[in-house]
Amino acid sequence: MIRVEGLKKVYRNVHALNGVSFHVKSGELFAYLGPNGAGKTTTIRILTGLTRLSGGDAWLNGFHIERDTLRAKRQFGLVMQSINLDQELTLLENMDIHGRLYGMTKALRRSRIRELLGYVDLISRRDTIVKRLSGGMKRRLMVARALMHSPRILFLDEPTVGLDPGIRRRIWGLIKQIQHSGTTIFLTTHYIEEAEFLADRVAFIDNGRIVALDTPSAFMARIGKWAIDLIQDDQMKSIYFKDRKEADSFVATHRGSYTLRRVNLEDAFLSLTGKKVKN
Amino acid sequence: MAVYLREMLLLRRRIKRLILSMSVSPLLYLIAFGYAMGKSVKFGGHTYLEFLIPGLVAMSSMTQSFAIATDINVARFYWHIFEEFQAAPIGNVAYVAGEVLAGVSRALISVTVILTLGMLFGVRLHWLSPLFWLAVALNSFVFASLAVALAMLVKSHADQSLLTSFVITPMAFLGGTFFPVDRLPHWAGQIIWILPLTHASRAIRQAAFGNLPGPSPYLFVGITGIIFFIMALKCVNQARD
Repeated sequence: MIRVEGLKKVYRNVHALNGVSFHVKSGELFAYLGPNGAGKTTTIRILTGLTRLSGGDAWLNGFHIERDTLRAKRQFGLVMQSINLDQELTLLENMDIHGRLYGMTKALRRSRIRELLGYVDLISRRDTIVKRLSGGMKRRLMVARALMHSPRILFLDEPTVGLDPGIRRRIWGLIKQIQHSGTTIFLTTHYIEEAEFLADRVAFIDNGRIVALDTPSAFMARIGKWAIDLIQDDQMKSIYFKDRKEADSFVATHRGSYTLRRVNLEDAFLSLTGKKVKN
Repeated sequence: MAVYLREMLLLRRRIKRLILSMSVSPLLYLIAFGYAMGKSVKFGGHTYLEFLIPGLVAMSSMTQSFAIATDINVARFYWHIFEEFQAAPIGNVAYVAGEVLAGVSRALISVTVILTLGMLFGVRLHWLSPLFWLAVALNSFVFASLAVALAMLVKSHADQSLLTSFVITPMAFLGGTFFPVDRLPHWAGQIIWILPLTHASRAIRQAAFGNLPGPSPYLFVGITGIIFFIMALKCVNQARD
């Protein structure tokens, strides 16, 4: 559904992307995980036509993003990291303008707006001016708007950034529902738990390169199942164990404070790159 | 049409404030220049008020159509709406045409405000002349296209204000709005004849006085508008980075 080969982006002398390649299967939820400035948003901006690529190729549902731009653009919906809604217009007007941009008929626009605002639980607010909505409501509206033209692919660029945990979980539920309806989802995030909870596969990106690509469970299996965090020589250190028994026997011999926990994607990223995702 | 419709929805929300702000400057000019210089000054058999109002029409259609640049910048830098248009399957022509048309619509509203004020001041000219409205529309087309092009090139809202100060404000005062251009020294007149507003205000004034302006100002303004429109199309591509 999404094919990316050797994608490069150079801003003056800064190499934001250094030959990124991956393939996202139809119906898959693919997470793109990395610290701030790793190249996540640049990848999304190139794939969605917001930024020009410096090298490489990419196809969305078979349409090349540069050679067949308009048809490639019909394949996706986009939820950007920043709130990009018309704050002075109502929810209905925001959705309607989007439908018009995609050449939808009036009847289709009406039925999709009703359906989608119901889906994101905002139907009762349809005539409200957007600036009066809460942050979580605006995010849900952005998701609904991105789905307006029934895209095959949904790009989500840090969709829950700045939201409180309760609302974040609600958005996750919504994302899962969208995936179950058959939409391919490309998600960038720097929230470890978000990628762990949602993704079928995860690509780790660092300094404009994909350093590893696998399923969350396979990543975690590489380093073990349990981790112990402890302070050693004034430094926080994590030690990984393949099972709980092994971890317990370490604890029995260890003197000092420690935290025993399950291994997560942050550990996998740390072991691959030597740095944390959340910087 | 979606781009144009969006601008019109926003305009509808702000229409009262907008009309009020569109009235302030012309009203002050009419009071300050119109009444102060009043009947004592005459140009080509017309009172200064009669001379001034077509000039204000030219100036206001320029500033109001150019003001679309501010709306584009707000949409681009603060609301990030431009990304919604960039990601949509619409060509650059559709985007530029939508914004330019919105600029022209704004300009036509401002002209209607000035004509209403003019009538309140007792000035009756040939406002229904098609040549008058053609000149107004072409003038608005020129500056709305220029606005879209420059809005795509600037890197911040502050840059836009700078451009307005250096490009639009001097033109507003020198483009034959407040005085006849032929009264200026020869060298200054030569420079001013390059400005599209000079030609637009000449055509607008001639048509408003019931004269036949001739094709040259229309051609000059029309061709300038087409050049700026093409420039705007190119600049939209530049904005992708």
